[in-house]
Amino acid sequence: MDTTSIIGTKNRKEQIITDPRVMMNDAPRTPSFFTGSEVIKEAVRRANVDVMVAYPITPQSEAAALCGELFAEGYIGDYFRGESEFAVMSQCAGAAFGGARVFTTTAGPGTLRAMENFPMWAGARLPIQCIVTCRGINSPLSIQPDTIEIAYLMQTGMLVWHAETAQDFYDWILKGYMVSEEPDVHLPLALCCDGFFVTHTKDTVDLTPVEMCLPPYDPYRSPVPCMDMECPPVRMMRDPFVMKSNYISYATHASWQQEVWAAAERSRKHTIAWLDGLIETENVDADILIVASGTAVSQGREAIRLLADEGIRVGLVKIKTLRPWPEEELREATKRASHIIVPEFNVIGWLARELKATLPRTERIIAGPRVCGGMTMPPEIIVEGIKKALGMRSGVLAGRGS
Amino acid sequence: MSLNYVKFTPGFDVFMPKEYRDMVEHGPFGKKTTVSQMGSFKEILEEHPMCAGCAMTLFIRLAIIAFPNPEDTITVGTAGCGRLAISQAAIPFVYGNYGDQNGVASGLSRGLRIRFGDQPKDVVVMAGDGGTADIGFQQVLHSWFRKERFTTIMLDNEVYGNTGGQESGMTVRGAVLKMAPLGKKFEKMDMVAMAKIAGCAYIATVVPNNPRRVESCIKKAVLIAREVGPTYIQAYTSCNIEYAIPTDQVMADAKTVEDDRYKFTEYVSDEAKAYLTERYGYKEFVQKPAAAAVLTA
Repeated sequence: MDTTSIIGTKNRKEQIITDPRVMMNDAPRTPSFFTGSEVIKEAVRRANVDVMVAYPITPQSEAAALCGELFAEGYIGDYFRGESEFAVMSQCAGAAFGGARVFTTTAGPGTLRAMENFPMWAGARLPIQCIVTCRGINSPLSIQPDTIEIAYLMQTGMLVWHAETAQDFYDWILKGYMVSEEPDVHLPLALCCDGFFVTHTKDTVDLTPVEMCLPPYDPYRSPVPCMDMECPPVRMMRDPFVMKSNYISYATHASWQQEVWAAAERSRKHTIAWLDGLIETENVDADILIVASGTAVSQGREAIRLLADEGIRVGLVKIKTLRPWPEEELREATKRASHIIVPEFNVIGWLARELKATLPRTERIIAGPRVCGGMTMPPEIIVEGIKKALGMRSGVLAGRGS
Repeated sequence: MSLNYVKFTPGFDVFMPKEYRDMVEHGPFGKKTTVSQMGSFKEILEEHPMCAGCAMTLFIRLAIIAFPNPEDTITVGTAGCGRLAISQAAIPFVYGNYGDQNGVASGLSRGLRIRFGDQPKDVVVMAGDGGTADIGFQQVLHSWFRKERFTTIMLDNEVYGNTGGQESGMTVRGAVLKMAPLGKKFEKMDMVAMAKIAGCAYIATVVPNNPRRVESCIKKAVLIAREVGPTYIQAYTSCNIEYAIPTDQVMADAKTVEDDRYKFTEYVSDEAKAYLTERYGYKEFVQKPAAAAVLTA
């Protein structure tokens, strides 16, 4: 029997359209030494992206420009520089409304400038992928790493994942499309990393074969009509709800808002399969746990090593997805812990707040240590925080005075 | 969903949505309809919640009738009165955010071109004066500078009508409106000149009381935007509520404003003239041979 499968056929750049499970799980990997920005480029090269819109803002500018090189090489269908982040996200929306697979990147003040678009993307069920290379938000002006923008993104209805390493980034860009584009999900993904720490450092990343790419986006798997006049057109809106003050209008809006968040919930099963769980754990039988996301996880690992030298055993929980929020997984992983340390790269401690809203016995949760505005987080301050929680004396850190 | 390439399997057409069958059997899908036939076919825009006597609604009806290929046309807009009518039409209407219609249309036009190649998918923006000249200004101008191939139509009622009558950049100087309690302090923005500077291939100013002219301008604008470049139509579509124009005087007001500040103007670039002539058989741009030249030949 003839097959109509596109698997095994070639895309515009003669890459072989590959079953994504085979490509991500079984295909041979080549270790490569790249910056995070270059890793973004390599993932997009294999993602069969139709449209990318770019705008310069540190620290994502390099990745956005490298994607331009991919366009020049023929790996991306269309690419241009928009005139602001708000415009870029609108342009991305338009391309996605027309049924294209869309990729973009932003950071910090750009994320906030674009913010009106993110709930619109989610509400319009556009599976756009936006890389967010987190940095400080004014004021005072900072271009340095800081994750505060994630606090805003978590309330938009988008899927929000927080990568720790360049390897996470590489895999999750490709896997992210597979989750986002599922018919029962069909939501945009904010794939976040800590700017500079991930984008501007080199790391060894295992890449999938360059001759393989993801299957193209099929807009007819969308749960809402693609705006291409190929679906039988009907009047999309019989009665514009916006001007009505009546129960039907409220109920329509309310049910759709609930559906957007329900779609994020439905992404769990796909995400668990692709990312091997929404969290990753080490030694969660320990009395003390570090719970973190992004590069705070890496610093936590280092603190755990330092404490092990002193005979103090500490476990680790790495949170991979913030939306959907891994509530059940976190409850299970932390059920034995009596001290939960939450190191963060932002001033408000959004992760600790989420944990306090989720976990029982909140007195166990120690919201910090926190750094912000571009400061690094030496593992020693995590060690200090843990010792303080345990009522132990700790050495005075350099530069702290007395 | 052009009828040229969508053929229903006999017996299955009854399962198409009734709206769609109506558009094929009694409406403009797959056949040519004109404004002079209004009232004799099912229109793409029928029901709407607009105010009695609204000139904008008449203009939108005329514009949609003029779309050269409505079964392959997608409209884009933003907040404003016009959106309330356009969103009830039988072709898709994309609403993004406040004032970002030209950004959305840029992406939409490009995305559709990647997916459908040379098969025309017409993208038409219809937004108000506030949406186009104020909050959307940056994205409008940049879409023109980038030479994005879609049509922008400004529904200019010279006021923020939908929010209750505030001054816009397109309001004439001196008008007393909400947020301009002492009268507007600066001139009506010259968006036509800006469209020219930004490189639009076709620009026209029209009023709705000349339906055949509206039809002609819209058709040219949409066709030119398919391949040549951005096109811009600025239409005076009065707000009879905020400007207190009696319902039976709306067309007379349009005539007065036409004579005052909305005279019919049309700019067609040389490339667009050649394109319309060669591709679509337009005769109006063909240069007549000079008599003297014939004599000396």
